[in-house]
Order: sequence, then structure tokens, then C-alpha cells
Amino acid sequence: MARRASPEINAGSMADIAFLLLIFFLVTTTMDIDTGLTRRLPPPVEDPEDILIRQRNILNVLVNKNDRLLVDGKPGDIATLKDVAKEFMRPHYPDNPDFPEVKLREIEGLGEIYTSEGVISLKNDRGTSYDMYIRVQNELARAFNELKDELSMDRYGVRFRNLVDEDRIKAINEAVPMRISEAEPESIGD
Amino acid sequence: MREVTLRVKIRLPLATEVQKLEKKSLVSYIYIGPPTNPQRYGTESRIQLNDQFSTVNDVPEFIAREREARPEADRNFLTTSLKVHNESKMGIVTDVKQELRKSGALRINYSTLKGEHLRN
Repeated sequence: MARRASPEINAGSMADIAFLLLIFFLVTTTMDIDTGLTRRLPPPVEDPEDILIRQRNILNVLVNKNDRLLVDGKPGDIATLKDVAKEFMRPHYPDNPDFPEVKLREIEGLGEIYTSEGVISLKNDRGTSYDMYIRVQNELARAFNELKDELSMDRYGVRFRNLVDEDRIKAINEAVPMRISEAEPESIGD
Repeated sequence: MREVTLRVKIRLPLATEVQKLEKKSLVSYIYIGPPTNPQRYGTESRIQLNDQFSTVNDVPEFIAREREARPEADRNFLTTSLKVHNESKMGIVTDVKQELRKSGALRINYSTLKGEHLRN
């Protein structure tokens, strides 16, 4: 039997290929992904007239210039703000005068469901630090997100953030609307 | 990887409930923070638009220019990313927000880093 020379792969161009790949990925990778809290500002109004909302439907959150919280007239703490906001926004049925009104709504994909009429009113002073403001916004967002998670778990068995179906996301967003109202700026003193 | 030279210090606050900012071409940036050169410009937080220090009154023109630079179909989807130093005061931020409202630039994004504050 004649011994056959073992076949060899021509690897001469491998370094070039590796180099090209390296350059390709260097160029296509975006390094800094911007993250943040996305909000929608209310459209400008000519003369801001007070929209009347029932007292029981509002949770007042005030942040003063020393970054202290006043939640519904009582001194609050950033550590408990999420739970207070969450409990406030959770639809309470049967009607409980200590919590916002609930409304029976027909939402596509969810059927008839009780939704809260609650609004969280956020006011800050000009002297409030940006850091504190973001913390408060974050805690409020967390409250809404947890409520969405719970509803989504209950109806679809998946957490809200893991939902992929557009219709389902829309339905949950409609059932748990993120209602944070920021007052027209004014100085609220200390 | 930054398009502008920063003239203000930006140390972003932390947040957990963050969303990614999609479509970078439709984002314009407003920087607010203390000047990087405090000997010359002091320590009070300033607004930076494009490459230079600006005042609140420059915001509408800035937004108009940013809009004009985008294709017509995309102009309504413009997002303004506020990159604000975490020790800045809300006064200056509120002023900018009011100008943005007046200019109809209603989609905003408070730029943050993703992370949890240590509970103390």
C-alpha cells in the first residue's frame, strides 16, 4: 500500500480572515447603549386651569429642596414609596373609600376588568437634587411595573417585561396606565 | 465615541426601571451639569447644547435646528435625551423641560445608568 500524503488545509490566509473579522466587529459594535427613563411631557397649555380630580384619586408626592418626601401629607421615605404607590394604584374592589375609585372597563384581550382611577401627582422644588428626582421617578415606575408584572403573571403566566405579543403588551398597558402627573412648576418652599 | 466635547461634568444618576434608547439618529442631547473648568466658569450647573454653553432661551432654537436636520417623516419621533449631573438642581432641569414643552418636543428621556442604590 502506497502511503498517501495526508491532505492539508491551506491556512495561509487565516490570519487575514481573522484580521478582517476583527475589523468588522470593531466597526459594527456600538459601545455605549443609552439607557434612561422615558417620559412624555404634557402638551403646553395657554392658561393652566385646574383639572378637578377627586381627592381620594390623588396621591400627592412632594419632594422639597432638602430632598425630603411628603407623601399624602405625611413625611415619607424613599424606601417605602414604591409600596405606598403600588398599594394606592392597585384596583381595590369592592369600592373602598380609602383608595381611588375603580372603574369596570372592557379591554380587548383581557375582557372586563377593574381599573384604578388613581393619579400620582409629583411635585418637586427647584432646589430638589436631580438624583432625588430620578430616584422618586424610578420608585414610582417600579410600582407600576410590578403591578403590570402581577397582572401579566395572573393572565398570561409571564412577567410583563417578558411579554412579546404586542396585543398583550397593549392590553396590560391599558389596564395599568402609568399615570404620573407633574404639576406646573411652582416653588413649594421648604 | 462621543459626538461633542463636553464642557460640563456629567455623572449620571442610577435607576433600575430603565428602557433602552432606540434609534440613535432620532435622539438629540441636552447636557446639564457643573462646568469642567470651574476656575473660569464657576461651579453653578450650566446647559450645554451642541458644543457650547447655552441658556434656557437657546433651547427652542436648538430643537428647531435638530428637527430641521431630520427627514420630514421622522420629525415627530424626535426624542430629547437629558444628560444631567446627579447633583444638579431641578430648577434648571424644570426650566429646560418647560422650554421643551413649548417647542413641542414632548418625548424626553432622563439618561441614567442601570443599577441599584445601596439601601442605607
